Amino acid sequence: MEPILNVKNLTMKFGGLTALDSIDISIKQGEIAALIGPNGAGKTTFFNCITSIYEPTEGNIQITPPGQPTESLNGLKPNIVTEKGLARTFQNIRLFHGMTVLENVMIGRHCRLNSGILGAMLQPKSQQREEQKAVDDSYKILEKIGLDQYVNEMAINLPYGAQRRLEIARALATDPFLLLLDEPAAGMNPQETKELDDLIIWLRDNENVSILLIEHDMKLVMSLSDNIHVVDYGKKIAEGTADEIKNNPLVIKAYLGDDAEDA
Amino acid sequence: MITKNEIKQSFFLSIWTIILTFPLMVVKVNTIKNIVIFRWWNILYVAVGAFFASLAWNYFLRRKNEGKKTKDSIPVVHRLLQNHKFRLPFLATIGVIALIYPFVTPMYHTSIMISALVYVVLGLGLNIVVGLAGLLDLGYVFFYAIGAYAYALLNLHYGVSFWVVLPLSALLGALFGTLLGYPVLRLRGDYLAIVTLGFGEIIRIVLENWVDFSNGPRGIGNIPGPSSFGIELNQHQSVIYIYFIIITICLVTIFFVQRLENSRIGRAWIALRDDEIACQAMGIDKTKTKLTAFALGATWAGLAGVIFAAKTSYINPMSFTIWESITILCVVVIGGMGSAIGVIAGALVLILLPEYLRAVAEYRMLVFGALQVIVMVFKPEGLIEAVRKTYKYEKNKE
Ligand SMILES: Nc1ncnc2c1ncn2[C@@H]1O[C@H](COP(=O)(O)OP(=O)(O)OP(=O)(O)O)[C@@H](O)[C@H]1O
Ligand SMILES: [Mg+2]
Repeated sequence: MEPILNVKNLTMKFGGLTALDSIDISIKQGEIAALIGPNGAGKTTFFNCITSIYEPTEGNIQITPPGQPTESLNGLKPNIVTEKGLARTFQNIRLFHGMTVLENVMIGRHCRLNSGILGAMLQPKSQQREEQKAVDDSYKILEKIGLDQYVNEMAINLPYGAQRRLEIARALATDPFLLLLDEPAAGMNPQETKELDDLIIWLRDNENVSILLIEHDMKLVMSLSDNIHVVDYGKKIAEGTADEIKNNPLVIKAYLGDDAEDA
Repeated sequence: MITKNEIKQSFFLSIWTIILTFPLMVVKVNTIKNIVIFRWWNILYVAVGAFFASLAWNYFLRRKNEGKKTKDSIPVVHRLLQNHKFRLPFLATIGVIALIYPFVTPMYHTSIMISALVYVVLGLGLNIVVGLAGLLDLGYVFFYAIGAYAYALLNLHYGVSFWVVLPLSALLGALFGTLLGYPVLRLRGDYLAIVTLGFGEIIRIVLENWVDFSNGPRGIGNIPGPSSFGIELNQHQSVIYIYFIIITICLVTIFFVQRLENSRIGRAWIALRDDEIACQAMGIDKTKTKLTAFALGATWAGLAGVIFAAKTSYINPMSFTIWESITILCVVVIGGMGSAIGVIAGALVLILLPEYLRAVAEYRMLVFGALQVIVMVFKPEGLIEAVRKTYKYEKNKE
């Protein structure tokens, strides 16, 4: 079967700095994949490139949504990429602070709704129905993610772990086939991390999404991932299952530095 | 209560103020007799004033910081409006006051109220751009001028009536909003402010210099009031007539702006304001969202311009200077960014107050500035802060 995401030869240069150097990554339908690497390896840059926040210097990004033909994402606007079914969260939480929790999720529904200016001003029956459906759908998503107790709170007032989950809820509201999670466990306590672990598996099994996550918590990565991609200094150095990665000398070197060999 | 440290601080501040204001408050040069007068007693006023102002400032700042620890509360007005028992009586009271106002007050007061209500419409319009979409627009007067000149010129040359131009001006506003939105799509924050400021000045300069088109600085006079369908109105009656027209337009504006704010588009505006990158990553078209904000903001300025021209019956480019843009911006910021009720309150306070306190009218901008600082320090959300709608979802829908 075609991979749902197929990235070939992706290169991103910032002036003299090559943040990504000819990266190839492909993700299969129904898979939980991880992208790991030391700080500054280029993981977030990879997300920014495939979601069109950055325009990559070189490379091909192709998607094959389940049951649909293959198409290229190169040169599309970020919102179109989201419409095509790639949704992401951010490493440094980027919620909409001036809105309630429910509205944050409703923003995720935005690209699946149609009402325009006149619809908003005149509010015909069709628009009211759509709006109510958006509210109900968003509420259901919050229930699934376990945030229903906060529905009408302002997003900024949520505890940290809940904010990270809200980012996932918001991304899920866009109806993606692939979820890109940038360090979803960062700053979470062990209990919250455990819940996140369950949530990610639940999402894959019940929401029909595949997942690519960036994470520094190796325990989480090893227990969750079907396939792990390792980058270092913008280059992909390894790919494989948890066991393969754990024992790969290149990966150990990247994480522990050159001293590891001498010791 | 007040600490020793605060008293000491206030004492030094008052000395510093004395030195600072010495040339202004104490020294007076009489250029006719060529003598210098020293008004020493002014030192006392300055010292005492600065001392107590500083004490009060510190006191309120401390109280505000202490109050912050308690749970943030919803503004009284919102609580009144949300409470079903008070909602109707509250709105009815305001309605009745608005209804009888022009009949129980002299014409002068009605006239001032009309100006204030024009600012309510302008404020609500700019609130879409600045308060909701977070696009700092300093050239809003552009669209106000478009509306006013559209009515003045169409009426002068073709005798088009007020009621035809009114909807037309709204369309013109939206059109120019979109046109001006295009070149500034990539700009944000300070850069956007500077460029829009330029646009605002361009319209004034064009109107001043394109004499064939706009009659230049001499302006256009004898603009008729709104046609009253054959009924003869004396001056007082026609003021009352305009009053009710602007009240109606205010209601229409509030109605639509409220609906927009809580719609798919309104949410997109706020998302754009809060985080541009996340907004795009969530599937919102940035270009479209910015342009609709500019267009829908400008629509109300176009309407307000027509009312303004009809009310004053004379317009010239000097009515559309940068100060006008800044006044409207003050209405939005001091009233409460993104808060329709706040903007209405802001317009009434900022426009009515200087009219009634004639003494400070000359220092209007100074007072605005001081108010701005006080509001920013003590109530950064504005007089009446924005409160988001709470939606009814399946679980609590009975
Ligand atoms: N917009 C940018 N302009 C210039 N350099 C950038 C930009 N974004 C990222 N970089 C650089 O690219 C490199 C990779 O950064 P990136 O954020 O992708 O790392 P990362 O793997 O996500 O690290 P971390 O684990 O700390 O999040 C870094 O050296 C960073 O400084
Ligand atoms: Mg990163």
